[in-house]
Amino acid sequence: MSNAQAAFNRQLKRMYSWYAGGFALFVVFLAFAEQMGMSTRWIGYVFMFATIALYAGIGVMSRTADVSEYYVAGRRVPALFNGMATGADWMSAASFIGLAGTLYFGGYQGLAFVMGWTGGYCLVALFLAPYLRKFGEFTIPDFLGARYGGNAARMIGVLAAILASFTYVVAQIYGVGLITSRFVGLEFEVGVFVGLAGILVCSFLGGMRAVTWTQVAQYIILIVAYMLPVVILSTKVTGIPVPQAVYGTVLQKLSLKEKELFSSPKELEVNALYKARMDSFDEKIAGLPDSLEAERARLTERLDVLKADNAPAKDISVAEMALRETPKDEAGARKKWTDARKAAESKAAPPLAHTLAHAGRDQADSDNKRLNFIALVICLMVGTASLPHILMRYYTTPSVREARESVFWSLFFIFLLYVTAPAYAVFAKYEVYTNLVGSTISTLPGWVASWGKVGLVKIEDINGDGLLQLAELTLNTDVIVLATPEIAGLPYVISGLVAAGGLAAALSTADGLLLTIANAMSHDVYYKVIDPAASTQRRLVISKTLLLVVALIAAYTASLKPDNILFMVGLAFSIAASAFFPALVCGVFWQRANKPGAISGMIAGLAMCLYYAVRTHPFFGGDISNAWFGIEPISCGFFGIPVGFVVLVLVSLVTPAPDRETRELVEHVRYPNLGPAERSSVRDEGVY
Amino acid sequence: MQLSGRHREYWRRNLHITAVLVALWFSVTFIPIYYARELNDIVVFGWPLAFYMGAQGSLIVYVVIIWYYARVMNRLDHEYGVQEDA
Repeated sequence: MSNAQAAFNRQLKRMYSWYAGGFALFVVFLAFAEQMGMSTRWIGYVFMFATIALYAGIGVMSRTADVSEYYVAGRRVPALFNGMATGADWMSAASFIGLAGTLYFGGYQGLAFVMGWTGGYCLVALFLAPYLRKFGEFTIPDFLGARYGGNAARMIGVLAAILASFTYVVAQIYGVGLITSRFVGLEFEVGVFVGLAGILVCSFLGGMRAVTWTQVAQYIILIVAYMLPVVILSTKVTGIPVPQAVYGTVLQKLSLKEKELFSSPKELEVNALYKARMDSFDEKIAGLPDSLEAERARLTERLDVLKADNAPAKDISVAEMALRETPKDEAGARKKWTDARKAAESKAAPPLAHTLAHAGRDQADSDNKRLNFIALVICLMVGTASLPHILMRYYTTPSVREARESVFWSLFFIFLLYVTAPAYAVFAKYEVYTNLVGSTISTLPGWVASWGKVGLVKIEDINGDGLLQLAELTLNTDVIVLATPEIAGLPYVISGLVAAGGLAAALSTADGLLLTIANAMSHDVYYKVIDPAASTQRRLVISKTLLLVVALIAAYTASLKPDNILFMVGLAFSIAASAFFPALVCGVFWQRANKPGAISGMIAGLAMCLYYAVRTHPFFGGDISNAWFGIEPISCGFFGIPVGFVVLVLVSLVTPAPDRETRELVEHVRYPNLGPAERSSVRDEGVY
Repeated sequence: MQLSGRHREYWRRNLHITAVLVALWFSVTFIPIYYARELNDIVVFGWPLAFYMGAQGSLIVYVVIIWYYARVMNRLDHEYGVQEDA
């Protein structure tokens, strides 16, 4: 390590230590202000605007007009800091807010995400990161273009990068809209554009350089915000402030509680009531379209009876509302009743035990669950090792050596959150099962009402006994993380901190993704294909303009509130895995892989993956009955990845071997340093 | 440029290390998933074993795999004289 780099390292450590200390003081100050009577609304405002202003400050300080700084942060991000930046880049709104909730409801099944989103880093470390760093250009399509000679491979890479990143960035901006609307009371659409401003202040002026240094700042906020509530909850329940180490004992108590609860007469009574409701919807759906007429007649008659009896105005307005909300036509009724039937069905039987693995109706169903678990883990892992916004981060370290270390730090920082998420779920579930279920509905804690207002918690006393049964409680997945501070009885300032953490997670991921898309278009399409003679200044102007345009389109798409956002994120992993992974890995490990092989392999993998998704997912008009081996559409990469590999290998073998220059490139990336004879240790940034 | 025998040996050893670590990665990922129903009967400190592996155990092994690879490869670079800023 050079002296300048060592001094830079020391300076960074000093700066971020001051920053972390300052942030802690800020939180303490707000906690004090809350005791003095500051309103929760203002705490929400201060948290959101202070953190966005902070990111904006870092963004402005890191502004740059240098191409290497703009695209790869000058290649001087030390391993540790690149690890933190990758952590923030990686952990999205879905990981921060959604994962613990997914684990709460899915139990063992949800662990596919925990394993998939961490284990993929082994593939990054062993197959890609050091070699991409040695290659040392700016984007992932750059590598495909250089290794597989020419623009065809590059352009397919650009297409796949945009396809995978765009769906993902829409989900992030959507997450920002949710957080701002819930905590600050902005309207969802306004929240989306406030979030957009927060994203753009980081990336617009300083590109990768600004994004890197804000991501480090965002990582610190998000990890503290994630850990603090569950650490306090753990101390409360077990007396030990390390939830990850002790939740095993809580899990054991939870399992006992589950056994007792799932077979209690009250629960079974409620289950039966929901079963009856489900059957009645079945009947109504089967009786369409006559049943819709009957329903309307029944409601009209009830309204007339109420009016004739001079019933209280409240009852009449409820009856009028029910009549107004009756679906207009058969299709509307079918959709509404199917949804209602599904909601009832989920409560018609006790939920699965938390730790039960691959639960199914019978042996075959259980084996199918296991196969889907494996397929999902493969897609998530290989997808992790193929997402361009993550791989791009390993271009920014000073050396191959630090790139290797940096993957370790990345996974270490990511590990901290993912190992905590299952603990979150278990502690929250234990609190709900022991303290909430069974209590009288009129005296439920305040958080139930406050989250009920925004529709994340619903309660229905279906058996009318005035007590809360488990099946009478409906929780949204997001509420587990958002409400844990209140479940643990912590002051509102901690809730504000959690919201700031969620915002940091969403903003940092959105930044990395937007930059990937804008770079793919400005660097790979404009500079490398359309106008290779473009001046530095022109390239940066194009890049920033595209960043703005892409951000606006993404925000607009998010403001339409598309459904199936989780499916789209899952699809992004399968797309990236099928298109990139075979070509990238063979590019380094198999010298014989050539241009026609890579091009056809990438197209075949991508096409297979999309074809399977279209065939099986209702979103595209497909149906799950078309599935092969019962694999869910979200795991379409399970077919795309092998097809990509097989086609790449077969086509490469029947076409001529790559030329000498390509073989030398492969040798070049395989060795951190081949000595003075090597052609491209001079190919570093100085050229520009 | 022409690679020397030492260079080829470096790459072979890299492939060997990579293969061993990939095998380890594969085992700690897919064996606990495949045998999850059976492994969950074993309980360790309150955790059923398959649940523990998915929630924590395999993750720890992943971190160690990457740490070990970085350490071994950074040493191998020096042993074969292919390290940077030599």
